[in-house]
Amino acid sequence: MAIESDLVRADAVEAIEFPHLAVKYHVHGVPKTVINETFFIEGAMPEVLFVQQIVHSIK
Amino acid sequence: MPLIPPREREHIQKFFEENLVNPVRLVMFTQEIECEYCAETRQLVEEIAQLSPKITAEIYNFVTDKPKAEEYKVDKIPAIAIIGQKDYGIRFYGIPSGYEFSALLEDIVDVSRGESGLSEASKKALAGLTKPVHIQVFVTPT
Repeated sequence: MAIESDLVRADAVEAIEFPHLAVKYHVHGVPKTVINETFFIEGAMPEVLFVQQIVHSIK
Repeated sequence: MPLIPPREREHIQKFFEENLVNPVRLVMFTQEIECEYCAETRQLVEEIAQLSPKITAEIYNFVTDKPKAEEYKVDKIPAIAIIGQKDYGIRFYGIPSGYEFSALLEDIVDVSRGESGLSEASKKALAGLTKPVHIQVFVTPT
């Protein structure tokens, strides 16, 4: 998504090395996706669904 | 002692040979002290860069190269920014081990091609974005 759109930037964050972030975002299981600090997606899902959720989350 | 075993090195070298298009810079931010996996991550980045003439490693110090860290919007370390013909905003924070290592290699190729590899439906959905999106995916080493 980050490659496709100039508006998107994407981080992969290793939860164990950054425990303060895991606590901040209530990461109990992975993968957990945090969008713009406020919207959360638990677990993995098919590509199109994932993209739709992300686009929908920032409306 | 190398982090990537010899057989895997050959495999990755071939993967890069067959798939890389444009040059890729692995811009890494680290520091000498108080960072548990910084040294290993740095070694990994340097080993990856040796596996293709199209990949270069640039290592910066998070503290003394602060303006550079700010330029790349890096706020924690170890950090790897994968930069192709442009900065697509892709960062790896923490040592990329297990599945994340494969993800890193795939990302290097995608950045090199400048192609997202997403479906038409996804591309269409993303074209409708009007505000910036910062995605953080939390993972663990497996």
